[in-house]
Amino acid sequence: MGATSLVQDVTRAAIEDFLYEEAALLDEWRLQEWLDLLTEDATYEVPSTDTPDGDARTTLFIIADNIERIRSRVRQLLGKSAWAENPPLRTRRLISNVRIREREGDTIRVTANFVVYRMRFELVDTYVGRYEYTLVWRDGALKIRHRRAILDLEALRPHGKVSIIL
Amino acid sequence: MEQTALDNLVLDNREDGIFRVHRSVFTEPQIMALEQRRVFEQCWLYAGHASEIPQPGDFRSRRVAGRPLILVRGSDGVVRVLFNTCTHRGAQVCRESCGNAKTFQCFYHAWTFNNQGELIGVPGEDAYSAAFDRQELGLASPPRVELYRDFIFISFNPTVESLVDYLAGARQYLDLVCDQSEAGMEIVTGTQAYSMRANWKLLVENSMDGYHARTTHQRYFEFLIETGIDPSRMRGRRGGMGKALGNGHAVIQSEPIWGRPIARWTPMFGEAKKAELEALEQKIIERFGVEWAYQMTQTSRNLLIFPNLIINDIMAITVRTFFPVAPDYIEINAWALAPKDESPDNRTLRLDNFLTFLGPGGFATPDDVEALESCQQGFANREVEWSDMSRGMKRAQPCVDDELQMRVFWRQWHALMRHSQPAAVPLPHTIAV
Repeated sequence: MGATSLVQDVTRAAIEDFLYEEAALLDEWRLQEWLDLLTEDATYEVPSTDTPDGDARTTLFIIADNIERIRSRVRQLLGKSAWAENPPLRTRRLISNVRIREREGDTIRVTANFVVYRMRFELVDTYVGRYEYTLVWRDGALKIRHRRAILDLEALRPHGKVSIIL
Repeated sequence: MEQTALDNLVLDNREDGIFRVHRSVFTEPQIMALEQRRVFEQCWLYAGHASEIPQPGDFRSRRVAGRPLILVRGSDGVVRVLFNTCTHRGAQVCRESCGNAKTFQCFYHAWTFNNQGELIGVPGEDAYSAAFDRQELGLASPPRVELYRDFIFISFNPTVESLVDYLAGARQYLDLVCDQSEAGMEIVTGTQAYSMRANWKLLVENSMDGYHARTTHQRYFEFLIETGIDPSRMRGRRGGMGKALGNGHAVIQSEPIWGRPIARWTPMFGEAKKAELEALEQKIIERFGVEWAYQMTQTSRNLLIFPNLIINDIMAITVRTFFPVAPDYIEINAWALAPKDESPDNRTLRLDNFLTFLGPGGFATPDDVEALESCQQGFANREVEWSDMSRGMKRAQPCVDDELQMRVFWRQWHALMRHSQPAAVPLPHTIAV
C-alpha cells in the first residue's frame, strides 16, 4: 500500500496517539527519540505573540528552526550549559481538540490545542496555544515535517522565555 | 529616603580602583519609587520608531514608563505621541494594539478625537457652558517629544535638554547603525514581548556585559563551532573596547566571531552570499571610508542610551527597551532593526541570524534571563550587601570584557538619584576608571 493511500486512511485516533507519544517524549526529556519523529527537512517555529500568522522569512519570530537548528537545540538541551533548563525541570503537556484539516498526497495537516506547564524553582509558567502540524508518511510511520506552536499569550509574561521545546 | 542612605548606594573609589553597588538598589520598593521620579521622569525615553507608523493614520498603542500611549502619524504626516486617556473622564480612547484610523472615539461617552489629537466630537455639546473649550481638551502629549533619525523619544521633563544634546557621544554610534542603509532603517514586523523576574538595572548591565559571554553563553559558542566557525577566531580579536559616551550612555565594541548581515561573511550564510556581502562592504567603504566602514561592518556593538534603551548591533540589530513593574519584575520589548531596502533573502538571512542568539527562544537570551533571575534570587541574602563592578578600573583602555560601561551607567543613575549633577568626567578618558 502506498504512502498516499495510508495517509487517506489515517484516523484521528491514530493522530492523537502520535501527538500524545510526542508529548510524552518531550515531557520525559527523551529528546533524541523525539528527533526520530522528524523528517530530514523538518522545521519548528514559534511566532512572536503579536504576529501569530507571520512568515518567518519576513517577520521576527521567537523560534524558526530548520532541522540543523533543531538538532543543535536538542544537543544543547541535553548538554550541560543550557542554563535556562539546567538543572532539569518538569513540564506537563495537555493536548486536545485534535483536528485533521487536510489530506493531500502523502501529507496530512493537523491542528491541536495545547497547554504546556513548565515547573521550576516552585514557579509554574503556563503556555497556552495551538499547534499546526504537517505530517508525512515515511518509512512506514508518521513523521513531522513542520511543527508550529502558536501562542495565544499576548506576551511571554511572566514566562520570559521559550527555552523548552514547546 | 535619607540623603546619606542614597549617597552610600554606590561606592566609587577611583583611587584604589574599587567600584561597588549596594544590592538594595535591586530590591527596595522605595528605590523603585524614587527611580520613577528621578530617572524615568527626568530623562529621554525611547517610545518607538517612525517606521512602525509609516502611513498617515497609522497608530500603535504602547506602554512607556507605565503610561499607555498612542504613537500615531496624523493625516498631516506628523508623528505624534498621545496619552491614551480621554480628556473627559479617563477611559482609553484607543483599545487596539495597532492599525490605521482617522479618529479615536472613546467608547465610554463617545468623545471623538482626530488622529492629530484634536477633540472633534462631543455628544450633546449644547449642555456645556460658554467656558467649555474643545481646543483645550485635545488628547495630551508628553511634555517633550523629539525624533532622532526616526527613533522617537519622549520626556516627562519639560526642561530636559534637546534630544541631540542628551544623546551626546551616543549619537555617532547610533549613526553607525542608522547609516547602514541609504534608504533608512526600519523595525521588522514582530515584537519579542517578554519579561524577567529581575530588576531592570540587571538587564542594563547584562546587555553590555562582555565578561559573561564565554560562560553564560558557552552553548552559543559551541553552536557557532557546529556551523563551521574556526574556534581559533575566538581568541585575540582586534578592536575591543568599552567607552563612556556622556550622560550615562556607553558602548562596547569589538570584532565578533559571528557573521553580520552587514557585511561580515560566516560559513552559516553559505558560499553564495560571500561575494554579495563583500560587494556590500565595498559600497559602504565608498560611502564612509575604510576606517568607519570597518567599524560599521566588521565590529559588533552593544550600545546603551541611558537609562533603558539598548541597541545591540551584533549578529543582527536588536532594539530593546524595558520598564520595571516591580523591583523584581520587568517587561521587555525587543525588535529587529533592518535596512529598508534589504533584499528579501538578505532579510531572511538577517532574521535567521538574529534568532540564533537573540530573543526568548534564542540560544543565548534565555540563559541571560536565567542568570539575572538567579542574581535576583541571590539578593534575598541581604547580609551580602554589595555587587562588585571594579573590572578594568585601572586599565588605560578598558576592554570589551571590563565593566567600565556599567560604572558609567551606575554613576549617572547615582547622580540622578542623589539629585545632583554627575561629576564632571572629561571625555575621552586618559585613565579609564
